[in-house]
Amino acid sequence: MFFNLFLIKKLLHPYYSSNNFVNSTLSLPYTKIMANFKLKINGKTQQIDVDPNTPMLWVLRDHLKLVGTKYGCGISQCGACTIHLGDNAVRSCQLPISAVGEQNITTIEGLSENGDHPVQKAWLEEDVYQCGYCQAGQIMNATAFLKKNPNPTDEEIEGAMNGNICRCGTYTRIKKAIKTAANSQIV
Amino acid sequence: MTRIKTQYNRRSFIKVSAAAGGGMLIGFSWLNACKPNTPEPGAGVAVPKEWFEINGYIKIGDTGMVTIYSPNPEIGQNVRTSMPMIVAEELDVPWENVVVEQAPLNTGWYQNQFAGGSLSIRLSWNALRMAGATGKRMLMEAAAKEWGIPVSHLSASNGIIKENIGERTVGYGDMASKAVGIEVPKEVELKGVKDFKLIGSSIKNVDGKKIVTGKPLFGLDFHRDGMQLAMIQHPPAFGMTIKDFNEAEIKSMPGVKDAFIIDTSIEEPGGFDEKGFKQLIAIVGDSTWQLMQAKKALKANWETTGELESSDIHVKRLEKALATGEVQESRMDGNPEAAFKKAAKIVERTYSAPFIAHNTLEPMNFFANVTADSAELIGPTQTPEALEGSVAKLLKLPLENVTVNMTRIGGGFGRRLYVHFGVEAAAISKKIGGPVKLIYTREDDMTQGTYRPTYRSIYKAGLDENNNLIAFTVKGAGLPEGPVFPNRFPAGAVENYSAEKIKADTNVTTGAWRAPRSNFTAGAEQAFLDEVAEAAGKDPIDFRLELFDRAIKDPVGEKHEYEAERYAGVLKLVKEKANWGVAKPNVHRGVAAYFCHSTYVAEVFDLSIKNGKPIVEKVWCAVDCGIVVNRDAAKNMIEGGVIDGIGHAMYSQLTFDNGTTHQMNFDKYQLIRHSQAPKEIEVFFVENEIDPTGLGEPGLPPAIGALANALYKATGQRHYHQPFVTEKQLVG
Ligand code: FES
Ligand code: FES
Repeated sequence: MFFNLFLIKKLLHPYYSSNNFVNSTLSLPYTKIMANFKLKINGKTQQIDVDPNTPMLWVLRDHLKLVGTKYGCGISQCGACTIHLGDNAVRSCQLPISAVGEQNITTIEGLSENGDHPVQKAWLEEDVYQCGYCQAGQIMNATAFLKKNPNPTDEEIEGAMNGNICRCGTYTRIKKAIKTAANSQIV
Repeated sequence: MTRIKTQYNRRSFIKVSAAAGGGMLIGFSWLNACKPNTPEPGAGVAVPKEWFEINGYIKIGDTGMVTIYSPNPEIGQNVRTSMPMIVAEELDVPWENVVVEQAPLNTGWYQNQFAGGSLSIRLSWNALRMAGATGKRMLMEAAAKEWGIPVSHLSASNGIIKENIGERTVGYGDMASKAVGIEVPKEVELKGVKDFKLIGSSIKNVDGKKIVTGKPLFGLDFHRDGMQLAMIQHPPAFGMTIKDFNEAEIKSMPGVKDAFIIDTSIEEPGGFDEKGFKQLIAIVGDSTWQLMQAKKALKANWETTGELESSDIHVKRLEKALATGEVQESRMDGNPEAAFKKAAKIVERTYSAPFIAHNTLEPMNFFANVTADSAELIGPTQTPEALEGSVAKLLKLPLENVTVNMTRIGGGFGRRLYVHFGVEAAAISKKIGGPVKLIYTREDDMTQGTYRPTYRSIYKAGLDENNNLIAFTVKGAGLPEGPVFPNRFPAGAVENYSAEKIKADTNVTTGAWRAPRSNFTAGAEQAFLDEVAEAAGKDPIDFRLELFDRAIKDPVGEKHEYEAERYAGVLKLVKEKANWGVAKPNVHRGVAAYFCHSTYVAEVFDLSIKNGKPIVEKVWCAVDCGIVVNRDAAKNMIEGGVIDGIGHAMYSQLTFDNGTTHQMNFDKYQLIRHSQAPKEIEVFFVENEIDPTGLGEPGLPPAIGALANALYKATGQRHYHQPFVTEKQLVG
């Protein structure tokens, strides 16, 4: 499944025809391995040509323009990039595209049709966010967690959510929203 | 009933025109005089010209729907909801009929926008009320004209105008187009505080739905077709500059379009131009991941041009500054030295705090599109005007050819007052001759400076034989700025008092960090007062109230930057709400109160020890921020401040070796997490009719003192040096 398409792609690339980069070395024939991937993202099949090591975070953000998934640290420490791989919450900054295979990917954009997933509704109900930047990751982690543990204790919530940093300090509201969602019994 | 003028020197603050699609468009100066809270003395004073700049709009449509175009970017303080609430209150329309919209980009409508931190609401309060009240008045005058009766025979409420005696009613929508022809009143009446319906209630964040569905809101999400991406690499240490790098190799890497060195030095830099490094390597390409790989492959030669500082050096410098340093500001009442000689008991303690980073969760980034004669910038900034100025200087363009538009901001805490990342984006765009979005990695963000300074303060108190506080001194040094506020409490409450603010040098760059200086001083002072109260054998709240009593009845000295009644007020409120003085099994309590950004906050911490670890069970907060605009959102801000305060006091620090920080990402730099946050926070407000004041900062400072004092009760150990977890005696 590996193709040496990079150069051809480059030549077809819109930026190439512009004269913005006259001094650059774009004509060097480097032979980086690119590969074509077929992914199921938010219920749609997407074709992507990319270096197989590229983390899903950047595939989503740069290549598919699904920017709801956020970059915070790039080293699996903050949880801003959390998506679902199948039913599991994963850190997309650590998930190379080549490791996805047949599994379904869900991002914040695909969590519900109209933003009406019980967890999203609970977030609206508790008016959780401040800057809002961490919240997509928090919500994706919380939804995967509640699916496995629909009636969590406070300690279980803290344990499950500990990998998601909120720099603005909305932790008490996040916990409340998770409990609100759990109590709505329809997660 | 207050009346407010809509003009100044015969120039109107308000402009009214017909709205496209029918109805009335009221333009006004949304943030007249609303400048960011300038941390540097002398920077950015309000210029009257800008009071007249139209940058806020209210559209009253023929249907009665009201659209409020808010020029405010959102940094997380919920101003995009609370500010329109103020307009809607005075206009007197139901919130269901209100739509809040952001300025569409590039319309030229919003040349000057500000995100003013805790000052936002405070400074635009009158402008927003005036605009709403003017709209209401003009609609009423249009109805009066239509019906041929005096306007005094009408009243308006909830978007409906009605005759006081009589049956006739008409909706705002029906009058909107007609009101366009009415002359703008020179003066309008504002509502009495008692008549507020929206203000003081809880309105949900207008952007909530967009946030929970992952809509592109932030600078990092901004995209324009044809745009390139760029990353930078700065020298690995403060005190180093770039010489050269493996340019050819980097340029040949996959996805890399160009690589070069940029110089962002400008003439006469202002306070917001602070930054770690002026010369940087820039790499341009089409995908973030490929740029990250190129960054890893960089081999650069760096030159040491300054001292390579370490944390040891920093501590020594602070100690030396405290002994012999240059005093920046001071105050002296009475004769503390003589009083200490007479004192029956003396308590003296030293407190310190490390450099810390802002670590906004959205790293620095900016979009720039520079052409031969213009520059367009879009991204997360709190100071678009400063950025315009700096970009104009760098590119040698006339100021009017530089435009800055703002996106939602993924956390500020003071970080986005500084404009260097926008300037860098402009430099890169100029070099490549096309649009580019600059993205910092977390490591770039954490290691390039504009940190909260490191501080060290010595507090000393003297008690007489009756356990009255007769002398109090504080001497505080910082790299580079000292943390002391000479005229704040307990100035005015102690007969013999002195305060000295001392500076010292460093080449680590620093900047305003949430509640500048207060973020250290509150913790140190409030922990110290706890110890002094203990030495005096007094309850910590009673001890403070005694001091406020003195400051109220017979203040010592001239200037006091606080109102002792309001300070005492929040302490009394928290005392009552928390049931202070009633012991609970296995609950250890600490209290603190602080005043900053014109707001008073007192907090009580309830702490327990579980498995040898301190758990904050509950935090009680009493807040006097004047009129509360959006109640639940205000609580959210205070809660965030409390959690932020605990986190940084307990866990966070930057330590240095050879000019380099040990911490470069969240693996080593510890931020507070879910399990470490308080189990519950309850916020109470003092109800009064004072104009609203800041909420972004004031919740944080007292949390550090209250935490330290509760920890002492729980463990018997005092904490003097942040972060507390590194102090050996801490349990767990
Ligand atoms: S960006 Fe993936 S965990 Fe932080
Ligand atoms: S809301 Fe700002 S980081 Fe969580």
